[in-house]
Amino acid sequence: MAAFLVRRTIGAILVLVAVTFFVFVIFIVVPGGDPAERIAGKNATPQNIENIRHDWGFDRPFYVQYYKMMEKMATGSLVSYTSQQNVVQQIEQGMPATFSLSIGAGVIWLFFGILVGVISAISAGKFSDRAITVLALVGVSLPIFWLGIVTRYYLAEGGLTSFFPDGEYVPLTDNPAQWFFHLILPWTVLAVGFIGFYGRVLRGNVLDTSNEDYVRTAKAKGLPPKRIMRKHILRLSLIPIITLFGLDFAGVLGGGAILTETVFDLHGVGQYAAQSINNFDLPPIMGVTLYGAMFIVVFSVFVDLLYAYLDPRIRPT
Amino acid sequence: MAQQATEGEFTLDTAAVLAAGEPASAIRGRSPWYLAWRRLRRNYVAFFFLGLFILICVACLLAPVYAKHVAGTGPNQQHVLENVRVNGKLVPVVSSGGIVNGKLTSAIPIGPTWFSGGGKFVLGADAIGRDVAVRLLYGGRTSLFIGIVSSLICTFFAVILALLAAYYGGWGDFTITRFFDLMYAFPVILLGIALGSALAINGFHHWGINIQSGSIWIPTFVISYVLVAYVGRPLRGQVLSLRQKEFIEASIAQGASPFRVMFIELLPNIMSSVLVFFTLIIATNILLESALSFLGAGVQPPTASWGTQIADGQDLIVTRPWLSLAPGIMIVLTVVALNVFGDGLRDALDPRAKVRIQR
Repeated sequence: MAAFLVRRTIGAILVLVAVTFFVFVIFIVVPGGDPAERIAGKNATPQNIENIRHDWGFDRPFYVQYYKMMEKMATGSLVSYTSQQNVVQQIEQGMPATFSLSIGAGVIWLFFGILVGVISAISAGKFSDRAITVLALVGVSLPIFWLGIVTRYYLAEGGLTSFFPDGEYVPLTDNPAQWFFHLILPWTVLAVGFIGFYGRVLRGNVLDTSNEDYVRTAKAKGLPPKRIMRKHILRLSLIPIITLFGLDFAGVLGGGAILTETVFDLHGVGQYAAQSINNFDLPPIMGVTLYGAMFIVVFSVFVDLLYAYLDPRIRPT
Repeated sequence: MAQQATEGEFTLDTAAVLAAGEPASAIRGRSPWYLAWRRLRRNYVAFFFLGLFILICVACLLAPVYAKHVAGTGPNQQHVLENVRVNGKLVPVVSSGGIVNGKLTSAIPIGPTWFSGGGKFVLGADAIGRDVAVRLLYGGRTSLFIGIVSSLICTFFAVILALLAAYYGGWGDFTITRFFDLMYAFPVILLGIALGSALAINGFHHWGINIQSGSIWIPTFVISYVLVAYVGRPLRGQVLSLRQKEFIEASIAQGASPFRVMFIELLPNIMSSVLVFFTLIIATNILLESALSFLGAGVQPPTASWGTQIADGQDLIVTRPWLSLAPGIMIVLTVVALNVFGDGLRDALDPRAKVRIQR
């Protein structure tokens, strides 16, 4: 166990270093314009630009620049090239919205994903199974941002009704009721694709597990079907779903819900990343990427531990 | 205790006698591909959706014909100051904004004329007076091109990497799997927009490759690159288990070159998975292309694609919802078609699928 944690921690740190280095190299190899010119503004003299280039260290070798950037990131003093705002503070400001969106949507998609998968597996081949399969398929095939635009139009902007609020995030501490009300549409939109995907995966898993000998034994000794489903089939079938959920949830927490955040104007971490990318602003992109990768790396360790707990045949590696 | 064979009882001997009486019918060997094809042929739903996909492709390929002979305009041609005859009346393509009935209104393009406009502006015009239906078909060409070509590139590299990693093992395998791990640690969409928007500014000019900014090859390469790990990792697992099989050992013992083992022995055995991945990745790529274009990191204006069209229509959604609805519906239809056909293909190619269908 201790060896596992040590090995994974070292691996995680290596991956994070590699990720930041990779992002850095993208911005060195791919010419995106000179950052010094952007900082200097429109009416800068060549001498101004030269000074800025020197002050910000853009004339140093790239490994020195990389080291300086990582140093600033670690001390929390990294600032954006364009707006000169502190990157770490900006990410912290976006976190409440991103966390509210992710946790709510995560609960919804996990619950309904499992529900959909189990119902369609129980009724395999019947009409309800077919209907659910079709709906799940449409769910995974929807472009999420388009679904967001369309639901906003029909449910918030008067296409059918203006009942729901039109985007924006209300902090939980300001007004819990409005917080909830404002997040209903983003939660649903973000969850739809995942529900469809999880439902399809779980349906296949449950059907596969139902063919196992131990399930037949359970049936033969007269256990009630509900108990067999809960204690025997689901226990095994849910394991891949846990893995999926851990990684997807980490992705969304880490700013991966860029599209939902942008469409509903939630001012979360993802939207911050999208804006910075449009400005070709390296420090925020670096910050958000590292922040996102951190969640993915940490959650993948959690997932492996949980995996070993749920299925004792598997040892964490 | 041996049973006595009595008259009228069916024994192996009687079976042999009966078989000898029947005309000999040749037992033909069937390749796994033929068996898969036979299973697929019975799956009418999958075939229907394959037909739908082909229909969409053909319609988009015929975009220039539609544009020239029906709509009489091009995908990027603007008609801001022109009028169009709808039901015999002249209607401005884009109504002039300004003060109307004492209220300040902005310029609004014409809505869908359906069949009353004589083929012009069937789905209306966008904010700068371009024919939405024409752009929809041209946009389909772009989106389908990016989807299919990037899927080809992505599966090609994923297969090569998976074969190399699993065949050589050791350091090669270590490097390639670490590369996959690294790609998994990135949120796909974040990496996509980072690369896409970076390349959109100046294009790519390294290592003898010259791609101008605004070229649709940029989103094609970006999309194929970010998904390589997601195809490569599962394929590597499959090749790795095949690598241990006796037929590979036998082939190496006979002196087969690494190239031969990888591409003649191993590749055909993973070909069915590759085919399924290829189909399903096209669907993913079309979704990814639309998302990147929506965020401004994919296809660059004025080139039409379904994603850019949705983004263009977003500002006018309240007055002219069809600007965004139409390309979205096209994406959903295409992606659903590919997903259903891909599932059918997997059921047909995967022998385990038989168990599932019988249930």
